[in-house]
Amino acid sequence: MKSMITILFLFSCCFFYHPTLNAATYFVGKNKPFSSIKQALQHCKNGDTIIVETGLYKEGEIIIDKAVILKGNGQPVLDGNHQYQIITVKADYVSIDGFKLQHSGKSDVNDIAAIKVFNANYVTISNNIIDDAFWGILLQKSNHCTVINNRLKAYSNESNSGNGIHCWKGDSLIIANNTITGHRDGIYFEFVTNSIIQNNISEKNLRYGLHFMFSHNDTYISNRFQQNGSGVAVMYSHGVKMENNSFIENWGDGAYGLLLKEITDSYIYHNRFLRNTIGIHAEGTTRIKVEKNIFSNNGWAMRVQASCSDNNILYNNFQGNTFDIATNGSLMLNKFDHNYWDKYEGYDLNKDNIGDVPYRPVSLFSMIVERNPSAMMLFRSFMVTLFDKTEKVLPGIIPENLKDNFPLMKPLAL
Amino acid sequence: MKKIFKYVTADILRNKIVLAYTLLLMVISFSLFMLQDDASKGMLSLLNITLLIVPLTSIIFSAIYVYNSAEFIELLVSQPLKRKSIWLSLFYGLAAALSIAFFVGAGIPIIIYQPTSTGIIMIITGIVLSVIFVAIALLAAVLTRDKAKGIGITIMIWLFFALIFDGLILFILFQFEDYPLDKFMIFTSAFNPVDLCRILILLQMDVSALMGYTGAIFKDFFGSHVGSVVAGFVLLLWVIIPLWLSTRKFQKKDL
Repeated sequence: MKSMITILFLFSCCFFYHPTLNAATYFVGKNKPFSSIKQALQHCKNGDTIIVETGLYKEGEIIIDKAVILKGNGQPVLDGNHQYQIITVKADYVSIDGFKLQHSGKSDVNDIAAIKVFNANYVTISNNIIDDAFWGILLQKSNHCTVINNRLKAYSNESNSGNGIHCWKGDSLIIANNTITGHRDGIYFEFVTNSIIQNNISEKNLRYGLHFMFSHNDTYISNRFQQNGSGVAVMYSHGVKMENNSFIENWGDGAYGLLLKEITDSYIYHNRFLRNTIGIHAEGTTRIKVEKNIFSNNGWAMRVQASCSDNNILYNNFQGNTFDIATNGSLMLNKFDHNYWDKYEGYDLNKDNIGDVPYRPVSLFSMIVERNPSAMMLFRSFMVTLFDKTEKVLPGIIPENLKDNFPLMKPLAL
Repeated sequence: MKKIFKYVTADILRNKIVLAYTLLLMVISFSLFMLQDDASKGMLSLLNITLLIVPLTSIIFSAIYVYNSAEFIELLVSQPLKRKSIWLSLFYGLAAALSIAFFVGAGIPIIIYQPTSTGIIMIITGIVLSVIFVAIALLAAVLTRDKAKGIGITIMIWLFFALIFDGLILFILFQFEDYPLDKFMIFTSAFNPVDLCRILILLQMDVSALMGYTGAIFKDFFGSHVGSVVAGFVLLLWVIIPLWLSTRKFQKKDL
């Protein structure tokens, strides 16, 4: 009998809506046909829409295994009661829009997330607020998904917190306009290819603002990574494009604006590195082009380890950094040309805006500090300045080949 | 005592060398700020001036002044005045005059071009260094009767604090590379007022770099309230101890 009514109901829905939509719309809320989302999900079929009205919903784990559009009207709150994963998506073409998800469970064994997408493609997660979740949005083995306009905030310490937007194995994802705070890693990518990360703000996360591993041919544009525990790490990937991002105030022992490890064939263009302990730390990188970036007021603008080769660092502005470049060996196989260095003291006789003597961006003292960090206490002491000057004239310890042959006299307009 | 203090201060402020010193500081500071398009770069150059020229001028000028006013001091001693108050007012006079000279010469340009926390710390350390090196100069001057020897000692003292001390520290750092020396470094910095002042300025200027590595230890110590109180106290000791020693010596000295 019940199923008869359901069929009748569905049939009538189809009947009424058929001319405009090939799908039904269900309403969930007080004084609506359904009082819980789970009920509505049971009744709907692929392609249907569920509109959830304002209110507090404590339904445990909601599993979506049909291609439905789940839409919140007036930011309804889904509460995980500190116990459950709030939404699990297992079907393609699901859309989740306009909810507030809060208090997900926490576990040391399972990755409990506010929204977990598992093995599903073309899923869209948009305009949600995720508050106090263990993991925020977790995409596993999912392709062509879009995560857009979400705000994530977490409050715990590193040992028991998960990542904000965590993508593991995927292709063609779009992560855009999200704000992530207080998670372990703001955005985490592992085995994700051909994806775009754009216009996100990732700040005050406990570990990395963006953590990026084995993810090839991805692009990230116009993001801001600020005051994260360790900045941003991009590792073991090739074909990564980083454009127009800001890396700001990542301070601390072992905090990097951008950590590059084993990266090849990538392009770093037009980014801003401001007030970081280390702007870029490069280790084992090959064929990277660092072009038209601003490095300003960092402790170390760049640390290029001797394991890096064939990188081109061209047309950047280095201003107000304590140290411009540091390295750990005497071998240097990278090119530093046409940059503006505010510490350059050469001259330009033919007025072509290119200094006539090469600039050596590594100071002797930075090599000393590299070997013996406590020596930092002597920085800017008269004796150290003397050492640096003599070394600049007659390089003995600093890498002979690390020099800018065409230092610019004036900063580039970037 | 007040009268002697007033007399000494006025006498020094009228002194052509102090006037020249003020003017020199002023010319250097203004030209540094005006030549560099970036005011913080001007601050960097000014840092070297504060840490080198200020101690040098303070110590040598004070020593010479004390030697030159030997007859005046003898005259004062013959009056019914306490030796202690004669000596202290001499110190106050010198310290006040040189502090004013620094404040006018370098402080005002800093306030105009760089009224930040770095600038304010720079002015304070400049004045503190002036006072400390006046105290040290008085000690050196009271220890030897011979003017040439006395001035030689002051130059050696300056050289020690400005150069040799840092060289020794660097030497120790590399000899004992394998040991954790961070706490030791904080401790040794107390033995050189120039280093202490430099670190206080570094904490403002290069905070990003100091946050890295063990640098964070300096930041943690000197950046905290306890640390800055300790640093201030140590600098105060650098005034009090030489002054106390020289006063005691002057009181018993056979002029």
